[in-house]
Amino acid sequence: MTVLSVEGLKTHFFTRAGVVRAVDGVDFALERGEIMGLVGESGSGKSVTGFSVLGLVDPPGRIADGKIVFHGEDLAQASEARMQALRGARIAMIFQDPMMTLNPVLRIDTQMIEAIRAHEAVSRTEAWTRARDGLAQVGIPSPEQRLRAYPHQLSGGMRQRVAIAIAFLNNPDLLIADEPTTALDVTIQAQIVHVAQTLCRERGTALIWITHDLAVVAGLADRIAVMYAGRIVEAGETDEIIDRPRHPYTVGLLGSVPSANKRGQRLAQIPGMTPNMLSLPKGCAFRERCPRAVDACGDEPPLHSGGHAHTVRCFQPHGAKVDA
Amino acid sequence: MTPLIEVQGLSKRFVKRLDLAGKIAQRLGADIHEEVVHAVDSVDLTVRPGEVVGLVGESGCGKSTLGRMIAGILPPTGGTVLLDGQDVSEMNGPERGDAALAVQMIFQDPFASLNPRMRVEQIVGEAPLVHGLIDRAGLPDYVDDILTKVGLDPSLKRRYPHQFSGGQRQRIGIARALAVRPRFLVCDEAIAALDVSIQAQVLNLFMDLREEFSLTYLFISHDLSVVEHIADRIVIMYLGRVVESAPTEALFASPQHPYTQALLSEVPRLDQRKRNFTPIAGEIPSPLAPPPGCHFHPRCPMAMEHCRTAIPSLAARQKDWEISCHLHGG
Repeated sequence: MTVLSVEGLKTHFFTRAGVVRAVDGVDFALERGEIMGLVGESGSGKSVTGFSVLGLVDPPGRIADGKIVFHGEDLAQASEARMQALRGARIAMIFQDPMMTLNPVLRIDTQMIEAIRAHEAVSRTEAWTRARDGLAQVGIPSPEQRLRAYPHQLSGGMRQRVAIAIAFLNNPDLLIADEPTTALDVTIQAQIVHVAQTLCRERGTALIWITHDLAVVAGLADRIAVMYAGRIVEAGETDEIIDRPRHPYTVGLLGSVPSANKRGQRLAQIPGMTPNMLSLPKGCAFRERCPRAVDACGDEPPLHSGGHAHTVRCFQPHGAKVDA
Repeated sequence: MTPLIEVQGLSKRFVKRLDLAGKIAQRLGADIHEEVVHAVDSVDLTVRPGEVVGLVGESGCGKSTLGRMIAGILPPTGGTVLLDGQDVSEMNGPERGDAALAVQMIFQDPFASLNPRMRVEQIVGEAPLVHGLIDRAGLPDYVDDILTKVGLDPSLKRRYPHQFSGGQRQRIGIARALAVRPRFLVCDEAIAALDVSIQAQVLNLFMDLREEFSLTYLFISHDLSVVEHIADRIVIMYLGRVVESAPTEALFASPQHPYTQALLSEVPRLDQRKRNFTPIAGEIPSPLAPPPGCHFHPRCPMAMEHCRTAIPSLAARQKDWEISCHLHGG
């Protein structure tokens, strides 16, 4: 069952300096219980994609084109009232900085009970019980006491657990996680990934894990989509993307990750820097950094689809011939 | 061979002193005390010439404080730092100046560590000029040369830091450190703030510079895969103390300390797919009230009664392999 299908999504920011095409034609679909890793560097548009699904893009940005179909309903056309009913109930989001999710002047119990009662007519006592169970499920010890704490009294990892607990309070069908472990230590990162993974598996929640860290999604995701300059340049099953990458950017990105078998050797670096979104080159945005670029790359690259639902947007992809 | 840097029993305590109101309240019998954080607790560390030592630990373990004390930015509360076998705190005059130049530091945040009101040529050229390493006439060529070495176009040297990207700024920070011809670089999370593709560029640069200038590094990072890539030897810290120190390959092949084992098992890797993340329980305790005995015992799956009371000592179990754990005879 398809939970979410994004078709030709374009989210543009109309700034004084010009139009920033932060998301420029993104397509993907997500099944129930599926985990997708959305990978890219800063400025690639991965976070804006997540915000677009939730209808959280602020002016000067807006969804310029495309469809966001959630259970058959196009969210790009939905009213703000409809979005409010969905946000926090059917679609939830966790952020890099859990302080962004939590209100610093309200106790945890106030915030959690509010999140439940905003979407359901239940008594305060019942909401409190659900909040306590929610905290226990994300592995917070002595949840009754933690409910009475303010966010600043908790550590970073603990706050992120609370944020996850809040996200799962209303059993969402879709969870969008925007770099939720980037600010945390490896041991805490493993704990957070574990909690999110377990809850999604138990409840069949579809998960979009937005990150710059390929190593984390390699161990977590069913599928990976790689974004560059507002486009998904390559998408496919995790094993396909990591073991048989086709787009030169994905190849470069994987080569940039230090790992045991490359110890002490030079890393295969991608030359140049991440592009300025205000002045993207015509055609393939990666071509100025690409070792395989040819003249044809000045045009819009076509979308190849190989086997295993592996798609790549490139004129000169790595690997064997594919049918265009 | 004399170690380039040797640290003996180095400690740093941060004390939050009581203000007047606090002192009066204490006199009147209130339960208020000075708060003491043992950021670094009697650490021994040696770095041999030409070696790259990776210093790894979670946030709050004192790795940056240790790095800053070695770089001479932060005065230690106790213990000594030896450079070429000589105590840095007992040096005087020109000797001390040379010692200060020999150890340079590269910081995490390339946005905060460069003066926004100085041009690149000033940022890079100021220190060598002040210290008389180069005269004013030779300065432009010298700056051009260093900028080229770190992979920046010298024609951009009249620009200000805000006109550069994060990766380029980190290169400016590296050029600034190299300009005084150091022998030892303390890199404190030097690539943590950069994008993945830029991280690889800067990591490659560090490896090239190491050969070209025969540099020695202390590479501080929370990212084990980065340290594994660049370091010859790895030192693991937990709550102000060193728990294990070993050559990189051996450490990754068979970590001995339970904390190291837990840490290594949680590094996400490209070759591990669809894994079940099984984390170690708990979080790093507050350094304000560290657990007695071995600091790791509340989280340790193999903790014994003994671990709750006695502090294990860091001792060599094999050649070049030091462990601080009661399981290993500490």
